[in-house]
Amino acid sequence: MLNGITVGDVVAEKTFDLDRGSLVRYAGASGDFNPIHYRDDVAAQVGLPGVLAHGMLTMGFAIQPVMDWLGSRGRVVDYGVKFTRPVVVDPVDGASVTVVAKVGALLDDAARIDLTVTYNDETVLGKAQVQVVFD
Amino acid sequence: MSVNPALVGREFPPVAPYLVGREKVREFARAVFASNPLHFDVDAARAAGYTDLVAPATFPVVIQEATLAQLLAEPDANIDFSRVVHGDQKFTYTRPVVAGDELTATLSVRTVRDMGPFSMVTSESEMVDAHGDLVVTAVSTLIVRGEGA
Repeated sequence: MLNGITVGDVVAEKTFDLDRGSLVRYAGASGDFNPIHYRDDVAAQVGLPGVLAHGMLTMGFAIQPVMDWLGSRGRVVDYGVKFTRPVVVDPVDGASVTVVAKVGALLDDAARIDLTVTYNDETVLGKAQVQVVFD
Repeated sequence: MSVNPALVGREFPPVAPYLVGREKVREFARAVFASNPLHFDVDAARAAGYTDLVAPATFPVVIQEATLAQLLAEPDANIDFSRVVHGDQKFTYTRPVVAGDELTATLSVRTVRDMGPFSMVTSESEMVDAHGDLVVTAVSTLIVRGEGA
């Protein structure tokens, strides 16, 4: 069940290395083909600092360390984020995004896991919270 | 011009049912760097009590997109797609989505807020399975920049 976790515990931590291929793959899988996620010229035209990762891609991988920690012991009942800063993915160097998952609250057989998601030492998601219940 | 406040409370017709395919679940899972076997290994999913592969948490966005397209295309909404930024996103699940689910999504507009240089539109897309039971509600806030903002 809760295996003695307490509020403030870091339950998972992982760095994701994105490259332009990651964005193309997510575009195909999700159906979001907005060119700001793969064309430098379009990104520049609309005043962006470069090609951006889809916000939903960041939201999508940010929960994965929690899923690995949870395994099949329980399930997610709620997951929400605010998109606060864009992740610019360099054509050569890509972008590394780090996720730290910490226990924010505990209630009987449920927990709220708070995610801190950073890129270049700045958080890119706000109020990123996952509610899980244990079976 | 800001987003039409008369949208609040408006419910759109359900979009065509979406059949969640097993390979689509795997493809989406790879794209979001998933590694939990529940998303890839049918035996692991069944051993955990699911009928088939479990879709990643954010998979319902694929279905939500079709409902948001309705909102953006609404003639009196006054939403210029090229000025839209995703502000926040939330999913609330009754149960996980699994391969084989046939989900039907219906969007309704919760709030429209005029913030001066931009507007914020919050909508919810409720997704029900083939039995009509609620599986997931996706709530999304779009930020629409006004002219010159």
